[in-house]
Amino acid sequence: MCTVCGCGQGETRIEGKKPHSHGHDHAHPHEHGHEHGHDHGHDHDHHHHDHEHGHDHSHEHSHEHHHDHGHAHAPGLSQGRMVQIEQDILSKNNEYAAANRRYFADHGILALNLVSSPGSGKTTLLTRSIAHLEGAVEMSVIEGDQQTANDAARIRETGARAVQVNTGKGCHLDAHMVGHALDELAPADGSVVFIENVGNLVCPAAFDLGEAHKVVILSVTEGEDKPIKYPDMFHAADLMVLNKIDLLPYVEFDVDQCIDYARRVNPAIKVLKLSATSGEGMEAWGQWIRAARGLAMTGHPLAAQSA
Amino acid sequence: MHEMSIAEGIVQVLEDQARVQNYSRVEKVWLEIGPMAGIELDSLRFCFGAVTRGTLAENAALEIIETKGEAWCMHCAKTVAVRQRFDACPDCGSYQLQVTSGDEMRIKELEVN
Repeated sequence: MCTVCGCGQGETRIEGKKPHSHGHDHAHPHEHGHEHGHDHGHDHDHHHHDHEHGHDHSHEHSHEHHHDHGHAHAPGLSQGRMVQIEQDILSKNNEYAAANRRYFADHGILALNLVSSPGSGKTTLLTRSIAHLEGAVEMSVIEGDQQTANDAARIRETGARAVQVNTGKGCHLDAHMVGHALDELAPADGSVVFIENVGNLVCPAAFDLGEAHKVVILSVTEGEDKPIKYPDMFHAADLMVLNKIDLLPYVEFDVDQCIDYARRVNPAIKVLKLSATSGEGMEAWGQWIRAARGLAMTGHPLAAQSA
Repeated sequence: MHEMSIAEGIVQVLEDQARVQNYSRVEKVWLEIGPMAGIELDSLRFCFGAVTRGTLAENAALEIIETKGEAWCMHCAKTVAVRQRFDACPDCGSYQLQVTSGDEMRIKELEVN
């Protein structure tokens, strides 16, 4: 286990980094061990709002479900001492995510967490997006895969910088890995960082990386009922990109039904239809990225220059 | 799928808390898990047993309190019970629901020594 931040990262490998080297200088939350007991880390972030709550105010929350779980607290009955914790299980990840989010905010960086099943065309969409926005926006990529550095190599062919994170047996990126990848990547102020998560529609939904938006990519060669088969992911995403629409004439995929399903799990989700291969719809995707970047840069000195 | 990470997250919190609350053994852990937290409870129990080995929570009992799923129905303007994210309102059939609880995954309390 790493002694600096206590990461038991097992098989995680970050390209360009020696295992367990902690040369990073952006504020990682392991410097402040302030998560103590009655701190009521009541999670306001369940619905993935962009805004950060400070969380360190100790408010009394009156939970609806004070279940009576009948365990013997009475002195004398149990030898142990009872400790109230009321802490989110993912609080550790959320601390790292908050540090990443602070880093992105300080540097006016737009971070997008791209999630999908394997084979939805994430990497192709990325390489085409980089080509599409080249010159207008500086971009870099954190590539998450269980094994191989193939995807980072594909990104580098476009000229953009990329860092590969191999999660080993891990099924998702977590905020801690992304923090280390950011040290390595050192993205420019006012740039866009694409985080390509491990191809998996289940686990990455639960792990906040500090991104501004989760973008879920669904290709029309998959089933239109994926939004209700994997509701957590579509609930967590702000934008659904329907990819490979050039293949619609050849597959049975009901676009309207798919969008309807997505809205059932997330009434606020936005939808873009495109084909990374043919280029159709890429303009709207580019507009969305530029708009999101404008928001991410708000308050940053660079924003004043470009206005 | 990610129950192993969740179980590791629990152990991390237990170890952090051990320093703050000054204990060296965890005898029992109470969790609150909602139906929409995306956690398979049997899998979590299995993973918890595996990752606590050799830690201060080795052989600790795990008590899981399952919370209820609730959502605010915008049409009915009231709180209704739901089990999943894509459930319709049981009263009016609308999908305009805002889930208000049911995605909890919290460590509620501990019995320690």
